[in-house]
Amino acid sequence: MKSLLKGIVLLFSLLLISCGGKEEKKKEGFSVDRQKTTTTKTADVTEDAGTKASERIDLTNKGVGPIKSMNLNSEIDQAMAATGKEVYDQMCLACHRIGKKFIGPAPNDILKRRTPEWVMNMILNPENMVKEDPLAKELLIEFNGSPMANQGLTEEQARAVLEYFRTL
Amino acid sequence: MKKIRYSMLAFIGLVLVFTGCNDAGKSSNGALSSGAAEKVYVAPGEQDEFYAFLSGGYSGNLTVYGLPSGRMFKEIPVFSQFPTSGYGYSEETKPMLNTSFGFVPWDDLHHPDISQTNGELDGRWIFVNGNNTPRIARVSLSTFETEEIIEVPNSAGNHSSSFITENTEYVVAGTRFSVPVPQRDMPINEYKGNFKGALSFISVAPDNGRMNLEFQLLMPGFNYDLSRPGRGKSHGWFFFSTYNTEEANSLLEVMASQNDKDFIAAVNWKKIEEYVKNGGGTKMPTNYAHNVYDEESHTGTSTMIKEVVTVDPTKVPGSLYFLPTPKSPHGCDVDPSGAYIIGSGKLSADITVHSFDKMLDAIENEKFDGEAYGIPILNFEDVLAGTVKSGGLGPLHTEFDANGNAYTTFFISSEVVKWNVGTWEVLDRKPTYYSVGHLMIPGGNSRKPFGKYLVAMNKITKDRYLPTGPEMEHSAQIYDISGEKMELIYDFPTHGEPHYAAGCPAELLASKSQKIYRLDENKHKYATLGANDARVERNGNEVHIYMSTIRSHFTPDNIEGVKVGDKVYFHITNQEQDFDVPHGFSIIGQNTSELLVMPGQTKTSVWEPKKVGVWPFYCTDFCSALHQEMQGYVRVSPANSNIDLSWSLGE
Repeated sequence: MKSLLKGIVLLFSLLLISCGGKEEKKKEGFSVDRQKTTTTKTADVTEDAGTKASERIDLTNKGVGPIKSMNLNSEIDQAMAATGKEVYDQMCLACHRIGKKFIGPAPNDILKRRTPEWVMNMILNPENMVKEDPLAKELLIEFNGSPMANQGLTEEQARAVLEYFRTL
Repeated sequence: MKKIRYSMLAFIGLVLVFTGCNDAGKSSNGALSSGAAEKVYVAPGEQDEFYAFLSGGYSGNLTVYGLPSGRMFKEIPVFSQFPTSGYGYSEETKPMLNTSFGFVPWDDLHHPDISQTNGELDGRWIFVNGNNTPRIARVSLSTFETEEIIEVPNSAGNHSSSFITENTEYVVAGTRFSVPVPQRDMPINEYKGNFKGALSFISVAPDNGRMNLEFQLLMPGFNYDLSRPGRGKSHGWFFFSTYNTEEANSLLEVMASQNDKDFIAAVNWKKIEEYVKNGGGTKMPTNYAHNVYDEESHTGTSTMIKEVVTVDPTKVPGSLYFLPTPKSPHGCDVDPSGAYIIGSGKLSADITVHSFDKMLDAIENEKFDGEAYGIPILNFEDVLAGTVKSGGLGPLHTEFDANGNAYTTFFISSEVVKWNVGTWEVLDRKPTYYSVGHLMIPGGNSRKPFGKYLVAMNKITKDRYLPTGPEMEHSAQIYDISGEKMELIYDFPTHGEPHYAAGCPAELLASKSQKIYRLDENKHKYATLGANDARVERNGNEVHIYMSTIRSHFTPDNIEGVKVGDKVYFHITNQEQDFDVPHGFSIIGQNTSELLVMPGQTKTSVWEPKKVGVWPFYCTDFCSALHQEMQGYVRVSPANSNIDLSWSLGE
């Protein structure tokens, strides 16, 4: 009887463990939510640490690279965006898919999370970004250590790609 | 404190030991002397002062080294298949090795020569010859890839090649073996008087380097051994050494050494060029391959050409003279001023120097010593500028520095001899290890030599390196020739058997060396320019896979619907646009080789699956931290199955 009881307890605990494991894999947000609730009383910094780098909003960081500041027109330049799509399809699509996480993150709504300078520097200067920009460093780890390739875009091409991102 | 004291003592001790050694070294034997190590030492991260392109001989390829370090940077595949890159195995490069004899995947690569403008190295291309199945190749010095190969008809043992005129007007290819021209069925012992030696003049287009066989000089049936262009005052002439003027067809070792003198043939190519331009010469039916690799389509094409213009030199007065030269001359070298033609009788102790001015005078005043097959033989004494009484044995090849000195290798006495051009006085001699053949001074075959280092390429290695069984790489030695006396400063192994080399200052090439191929310039018929273009198409039993690569995956990486008996073409486009990020491609049971695809490039491998199953392919070049993840599968179904083609990535 005792051994049966022991057996049942063991069985349940195993089930629990496996449940937890499975759920973590299925729902990527799970552990994040729980961390949030357990640390509500601590400072914002901790909340940031709990949010995945790709989901974190940082509209002040301009990144590391040739682009120091830039202004976007309120109107989207459709012609430029069309050029941007062409460049994107040839140079970026292998790793960045629209609307879904692939090798790297999806570019949808990127300007709600990042400054335009940061995006441009990530395209133009990825080697230094993943070494020197704290956010880019974290992104590299989040995306399996797969480094963003420098595709040798000109500044003009990168700017067009950014315009294309605004249409997504 | 004690520790520091000890280490300081140790340091001082070390310094003493080393400086002591150095002093001792200076006074005793050359190679160990003080400066040698410093002279060849290129510190980690530093770069060499010169490029050196060494012929690979029977490897069929060209190797690139740095001087003075002797470090090998690259092997450039030219005449031989090269699994390292897929050259000669990929669909794009197979046509490069096409000849009138079919696909010939090997040759014996001999004499590299860098293109020149006004007699100075200009670093656009390097030309090399295939000795066995006569061919001339042009290699780009911005991509360091073979761009063009032209077969040479009516030639056999393409040895007095591939030397260029001083504005790269022509690359010249002379036959070593004389043969029936055109080839026909005839008794071998009727050689004498019937066989011909073809000297071919191949023009080089100044803008893109494209080669065209303009004309062939059909010469008496001697062996044409080496050649050099005239330069400066002798520009417009070309000089060829000959042996077997006896026209023996057997046991040449004895039979071709009977005449006390053979000839250096002096060809006035400008006269012949003019003659041909005015419609001279005979169009002879023939068949040879001309193979061109297009950098934008990354694809080679082979065209068969059916006609060649031949010229009988006796029909062009003043176009050809023979300069008697003692003892079966091998090397035939022209000094930087173009005033002297040096003939090295390989069975002689002396070096014969002919004077170009005296040659012109002898021609004008008809100082002839008979004729051979209607070609005037100039009187030996009337063209002789001087003789270098070397004291060595078996002179072969001569290069020059910028200070009026010549350096000649001696095979039999195994040494390099430095002598003065003009006084013919021997200034220095240093042993080589062992039995030196060619030598090279960067620019040493041009109007502007860079006389700092001399590379001696030896035929015998023996005990110079750790033994590696009966077969060893050949040894080469670097000498510092900046001083009055030559100093042996380094030994290094070479690949294959170097027959000559060409060198140039690093700055001539380094800055224009191409880093990537631009994707937006890729015109390959089967390129996958964006991941959206990746697809699989069937055309009968041919399956074309348009596949792209980027760190670190193939698009697509799962392919189904391939059947046993299909011919599967993997067209791989590397979508990287960053320097030095190639990807490789290999699949189990591939009967060719892997492909190594440079950024922006497309290459194709054919795979003919023989077994049902699910077969993996992978990237062969360690490309990123996730290189081991860069793989995929092809499902191969039975020949009669009706599984539709499908392909995917990440689904």
